Amino acid sequence: MELRDESDAHSTEPVISARDVRVWYGTTRGAIRAVDGVSFDLAPGETLGLVGESGCGKSTLGRGLIGLLPEGAKRDGEVVFNGKDVLSMTPKEAYRLRGRELGMIFQEPLTRLNPLMRISEHFEETITQHEPDLGKEEVRRRGLEALRLMGIPPTRYKSYPHEFSGGMRQRLMIALALVLRPAFVVADEPTTALDVLVEAQIVRILNDLRKNFNTSLLLITHNVGIVAEACDRVAVMYAGRIVEQGRVEDVFRNPQHPYTRELLRSTISLDTTGLDFIPGAPPDLVDPPDGCRFHPRCPDAMQVCATKNPIDVERAGGGRVECWLRGPEAEIPAGGTQPLKQEELAVADEA
Amino acid sequence: MRGVLKLIAKPFTDTVGLARWMLVIGVVLTAVFVVCAIFAPWLAPYGFAQSSVDGARFPKVGAPSGTHWFGTDRLFFDVFSRVVWGARTAILVVVLSILFCVVIGVPLGLVSGYFGGWPDRILVLVMDAIFAFPSFLLAIVFSFLLTGIIGGSVIAVALSLTAIYIPQYFRVVRNTTVSAKEATYVEAARAIGATDGVVMRRYLFGNVVQSVPVLATLNAADAILTLAGLGFLGLGIQSTDAAEWGHDLNRALADAGSGVWWTGLYPGLAIVLLVTGLTLVGEGLNETLNPTLRRRRLLPVVLPARTTTSEEVR
Amino acid sequence: MSRSGSGSLPRYILQRVLLVIPMIWVILTLVFVVLRVAPGDPVSAALGGKLNADALEQRRQALGFNRPLIEQYWEYLSAVMRLDFGTTFSDNQPVLHVVRDKGGATLSLTLAAFAIALVVGIPLGLLAGRYRDSVADVLIRFFGILSYAAPIFFIGFLLQVYVAQPLGLPTSGMASPITVFTVEPKTHILLIDVFFSGDGTAITDVLKHLLLPAATLGLLICGVFIRLVRVNILQTMQSDYVEAAEARGISPSKVTRKHAFRNALVPVITVVGLQFALLLGGAVLTESTFNWPGLGNELVKYINDRDYGAVQGIITIFAVAVVLISLLVDIVNALVDPRVRY
Repeated sequence: MELRDESDAHSTEPVISARDVRVWYGTTRGAIRAVDGVSFDLAPGETLGLVGESGCGKSTLGRGLIGLLPEGAKRDGEVVFNGKDVLSMTPKEAYRLRGRELGMIFQEPLTRLNPLMRISEHFEETITQHEPDLGKEEVRRRGLEALRLMGIPPTRYKSYPHEFSGGMRQRLMIALALVLRPAFVVADEPTTALDVLVEAQIVRILNDLRKNFNTSLLLITHNVGIVAEACDRVAVMYAGRIVEQGRVEDVFRNPQHPYTRELLRSTISLDTTGLDFIPGAPPDLVDPPDGCRFHPRCPDAMQVCATKNPIDVERAGGGRVECWLRGPEAEIPAGGTQPLKQEELAVADEA
Repeated sequence: MRGVLKLIAKPFTDTVGLARWMLVIGVVLTAVFVVCAIFAPWLAPYGFAQSSVDGARFPKVGAPSGTHWFGTDRLFFDVFSRVVWGARTAILVVVLSILFCVVIGVPLGLVSGYFGGWPDRILVLVMDAIFAFPSFLLAIVFSFLLTGIIGGSVIAVALSLTAIYIPQYFRVVRNTTVSAKEATYVEAARAIGATDGVVMRRYLFGNVVQSVPVLATLNAADAILTLAGLGFLGLGIQSTDAAEWGHDLNRALADAGSGVWWTGLYPGLAIVLLVTGLTLVGEGLNETLNPTLRRRRLLPVVLPARTTTSEEVR
Repeated sequence: MSRSGSGSLPRYILQRVLLVIPMIWVILTLVFVVLRVAPGDPVSAALGGKLNADALEQRRQALGFNRPLIEQYWEYLSAVMRLDFGTTFSDNQPVLHVVRDKGGATLSLTLAAFAIALVVGIPLGLLAGRYRDSVADVLIRFFGILSYAAPIFFIGFLLQVYVAQPLGLPTSGMASPITVFTVEPKTHILLIDVFFSGDGTAITDVLKHLLLPAATLGLLICGVFIRLVRVNILQTMQSDYVEAAEARGISPSKVTRKHAFRNALVPVITVVGLQFALLLGGAVLTESTFNWPGLGNELVKYINDRDYGAVQGIITIFAVAVVLISLLVDIVNALVDPRVRY
């Protein structure tokens, strides 16, 4: 795996640039603030891992970028891709981008292929939708090429989806998402539904993506281990906001945000001797806590954390972090650095 | 009590717009006929086989008037009364037949699905065979038989209907049982020593019985049509035994050529309205209970304008 | 590694055909048992008033009703295997002849109605599902429910009173007596024979008679198709593969057409096929309403005469026909849906 250093990432224009993106869902109770002000950049050929607990909004962010949100959801902010703001496009422009420039890999491969259509028909449909002038032979060649890259024998080209195992179907999904060589791909928990051995195969494929196609990948997962293996940078998400982002080695070795630290601690590895977990549960996104959203569960919470939202600052070692422990000092009112009372933590525990 | 009321209200509160209206209209329509059925003796001005009052004979095929709101038919009967009494016949027959269906079909399906084996497979084959057969033909055959034994009474017709519809209840309950009995909570129950009877009664029954109300309602709608069909062919209840809308339509058809519309229009409308009411209720319930079809009432999302200062406490 | 699906299609068909045999056996047994349940004996029920006691006894002997039940059962089964469906009591005709003479009428009415129901019902169902909760959806669903709720004899009644006279459309019978007399019965299906004859007036006559009954029955049946198709569309439009197709940028109209509609119609095929079988059952009411000289009308006559032999024979034929139709439907389903073959 080639190591790319900081300068490389900054020397080229980012493929996709998100600024203060919000995605809120409508429900019977009120609006769920699934994504509440997220900003990041992604360079060409770079893989950004998006980690967090279930319900932190990472899946929503991925879907929001592609534009596959359910009824009643609203989004705003700015997502600049190739110089254009994706969020303010017409629906027609948006779906022209999808498949061609923007790709998506879903979580459950078993149900993502039309059971009545052969694999070849899936490829033909996708290719001819975006490149209608291509001849039949060329279309077929591209489809077979995509299969080859995924390690699927060409004899299976005319098979039906149900003739494949889960792992193979996920590889087919990836092949379909990549057949037109999109510049940016969102992979939403691509290995969660698969067993560990297949997971390793998929991770290797995703790794090769960078080498072979210079595709930028947003890898959404709750599995920290995968991020360590397959990603250049990582963004840690909590309750609809990115609390820390930076290069993987740096963030994992030197986490600046308490949540990142606790998340890493609760990961199991061969060195694990005791089970750690973060007490409490993620907040209700209809009515998130005041101030820093993590403060009810944070072991290092201070007074200011309960009243003021932390400000996004540059972290030591590069990247961003938003936590009052990391400053800026100037914005903290007097007495704000006092530790937060214990009983408030206990209340959060019961919630 | 509050919990039960909430449960009943759920189909109404959870659905949005059209689905809710359908349900409401359906319930109202059905309720009207149920009221007619229960209070027939008080609501109907005359008896269903009454052809005179105080010695004065009713007109034959008389047009609607002040004394006979829906007119009279060729047997001197008052059409309005027969429509009201007909509601009682229809509701009675259908309720009876569904009761029999549920009382026999549900336990049968539960036991058969739970124990499996050869008896189960045979039962499934038999039920599928009955189910595959055109239901109306079966109804005809059964009433052909039963009227030979019991005579054209309400019970005979109700039993004919039961015979046709039982396979549906059996199938639904059995299939749900078969998939539910593999659930982990059932395994857990057995692990703590629950007997088969207890497992079936306490764990499976509640789960399995969920699809029965929708089935029963839609069945009821179909049963009304079947009953009317049998009556139309003269195979069900006779005019003097009880009032039956289908049978009345048979007689009405003969008079249609001469422009007599009231003898057929009102019984026919009664059938249409009651069946529509029941179907709406059944479909409305279905939309509620089936999550993929349900459309929730979503509150609209309003993204507030941004402030860039961090002073703001959200 | 498995080869492409079609290899196992013949095997699937064989499986299904083999399954048909026990099914038919069960149905025949049921028909036999059910019809024998009636107390007394069928012969006196049918002919009691017409023949004296000795003649009745002779008849009973001849028809085998004095033999033990098991023997009668076996006799019944083997007769059906030989395609002998018995004879009517009232006029001593082989049931097969009755079916041959009258079946064509029922078939032409049923098929015509079925075609109308499909052509009207499926597109309406697709529309209603695609544009959920729009005005079109509401109206279509309303129509769907009404068409189910209105019995055909009621609509027939309304047509007779309000429509038939002004439009000059016949509401009774299959054709005028002249047509029946002049057309040569080649296939015993008047609708086809009349086209063979090439006689313009006769063809118009038959079609005019067919119009009201077929259209009425067809429109009443299409409600079922509408509701079924609509529900299926709603479910397919929410499915994962539809979303995945959208993610690949397939245009919304193509997604609707190729993924949602096509997949929604597959389960419809099964139901549609089975509906046809049910139509045969509903034919009884239709023929009674419009005085259509088909098998259903005959059946009602035989029932009123308590003609046990005829009833048993006709019901048996219907039963076997239904099983064979569902076999056909299963095969078509396997052709269309590759998952079924496994």
